[in-house]
Amino acid sequence: MLFSPGEFMLKRVHFGPSWLPFALVAPQIFITLVFFMWPAGQAIFQSFLIEDAFGLSTEFVWLDNFKDLWNDQHYIDTFSRTAFFSLMVAFFSLSIALILAGMADRVVKFATAYRTMLIWPYAVAPVLAGALWVFMFDPTLGIVAYTLDMFGYDWNHKLNGGEAMALVIMAATWKQISYNFLFFLAAMQSIPKSLIEASAIDGAGPARRFWTIIFPLITPTTFFLLVVNIVYAFFETFGIIHAVTEGGPAGSTTILVYKVYNDGFIGLDLGGSASQSVILMAIVIFITIIQFRYIEKKVDY
Amino acid sequence: MIENRPIVTFISHSVIILGIIIIAFPVWITFVAASHDALRMTQSPLPLWPGGHFFENLSEALFVGLDVGGASQPVALMLLNSFVMAMVIALGKIAISLLSAFAIVYFRFPFRMGFFWMIFITLMLPVEVRILPTFKVVADLGLLNSYAGLTLPLIASATATFMFRQVFLTIPDELLEAARIDGAGPMRFFFDILLPMSRTNIAALFVILFIFGWNQYLWPLLITTDQSLTTVVMGIKQMLEAGEQLLQWNKIMMTTLIAMVPPIIVVVSMQKMFVKGLTETDK
Repeated sequence: MLFSPGEFMLKRVHFGPSWLPFALVAPQIFITLVFFMWPAGQAIFQSFLIEDAFGLSTEFVWLDNFKDLWNDQHYIDTFSRTAFFSLMVAFFSLSIALILAGMADRVVKFATAYRTMLIWPYAVAPVLAGALWVFMFDPTLGIVAYTLDMFGYDWNHKLNGGEAMALVIMAATWKQISYNFLFFLAAMQSIPKSLIEASAIDGAGPARRFWTIIFPLITPTTFFLLVVNIVYAFFETFGIIHAVTEGGPAGSTTILVYKVYNDGFIGLDLGGSASQSVILMAIVIFITIIQFRYIEKKVDY
Repeated sequence: MIENRPIVTFISHSVIILGIIIIAFPVWITFVAASHDALRMTQSPLPLWPGGHFFENLSEALFVGLDVGGASQPVALMLLNSFVMAMVIALGKIAISLLSAFAIVYFRFPFRMGFFWMIFITLMLPVEVRILPTFKVVADLGLLNSYAGLTLPLIASATATFMFRQVFLTIPDELLEAARIDGAGPMRFFFDILLPMSRTNIAALFVILFIFGWNQYLWPLLITTDQSLTTVVMGIKQMLEAGEQLLQWNKIMMTTLIAMVPPIIVVVSMQKMFVKGLTETDK
């Protein structure tokens, strides 16, 4: 250990104790306490309570809310649906971005122009991405639904759960490609050209070079992006689902975050919603720990 | 280029261009929809080529708005709300993160690590996760339907604090020594040396945070019932809900277009900084 714990990440030259540092961290700490710690504590506390819909009576029920969730087939289904949704979004957005970045890394001409034309979806709000896609696939008017109809396929995501899921996956993937593309491209461009040249001299073609040199070297980025994409699909796709399907039809696109909202604000099941929040917090903490473990490893490496 | 393989190069260009076309297609359709009149937008198949009503739709959306059951809000007002929210969130986050990173890196004081972990933990609690209790806190504080309620809970930021901490740690110690010899106090050092030295990072972070703020959806949706505080991103959802009966896809898509443009302009115009900031800080 280089520093004693109290001096961890402190400058060698620094200012001594005074009231000033407290004043400096005060705004951040204040907001953290009021809008983060307090509500998180409330969520944990609430998750042990059952409250009727009018808030007239509350009862302390220990872990009953969690037991109910565990026994609730809807919740278990939501869990596996969320896993499926996240993996699909991560898989498609990573693969497409990898292909595009691989191509963009090869071509020297127009590379910056291509990048500009690929990064902008990053700036589009999830709910707007949802609006774009729901408009294209609108069963009565949408241009894609119309085209599908010409080929004899009757698209209706308002009735068909599988189609609804496909639609939210497409919208969520569309929005995430640019982010992944930027990271893949940055990672590929940081690979020393001499490595690629050496293998080219040894007679390796573009495809072979990609799989034996470029792809293994960008593994850390791929792993990082995998985690980021899963977090994105878990938590940031609320707007897409709210705009496209509202969790329907018949709950077929309700993912965990949507259920927390739906049970809490529409169903007014405060205890149930709070215990779902607690489970989600546990998931985020778990993912964050994995991410940090991994980053530490990378630093060693 | 390593070797000259015209066919592979040609394929590479084609794949990228195809990708760009597919990715841009939804926006093209939106643009086309926004340039036709309401009647044309009820006839299937929908047009694939722009019509002549773009500016008419633009001014109507901006200054009249769309009737969504009740009062109609001009999109210009929503844009203003979005802009205020995005700016307050972005600048607020940058300001409080700069200050707390400064305190944590440059001062030895009791509970320093305690504060650090407390900030760190906010990284793990996105607002979507603790939505109901946070809503309750804001309601109890009487901040519903206010700019403060809209922005304050989103201002705390572990990511920004980490980034500035990282930046400060790379600034040579000699600078502080020199500043002290010249008689500068902590705040003088902060404003005259630290701030100017981290200005590229501030700019890069601003792009990311502006987009984060502009694109907020669930939170404003919950805490504003007052129509005059509607942001443009929220407005879309209300229009989509009303859209089916009203059949005004041209105006809905026009509003979608208007809502997308400002953050896209920010990203594309500050592209270099944004890419640098994103790929170098997130990791």
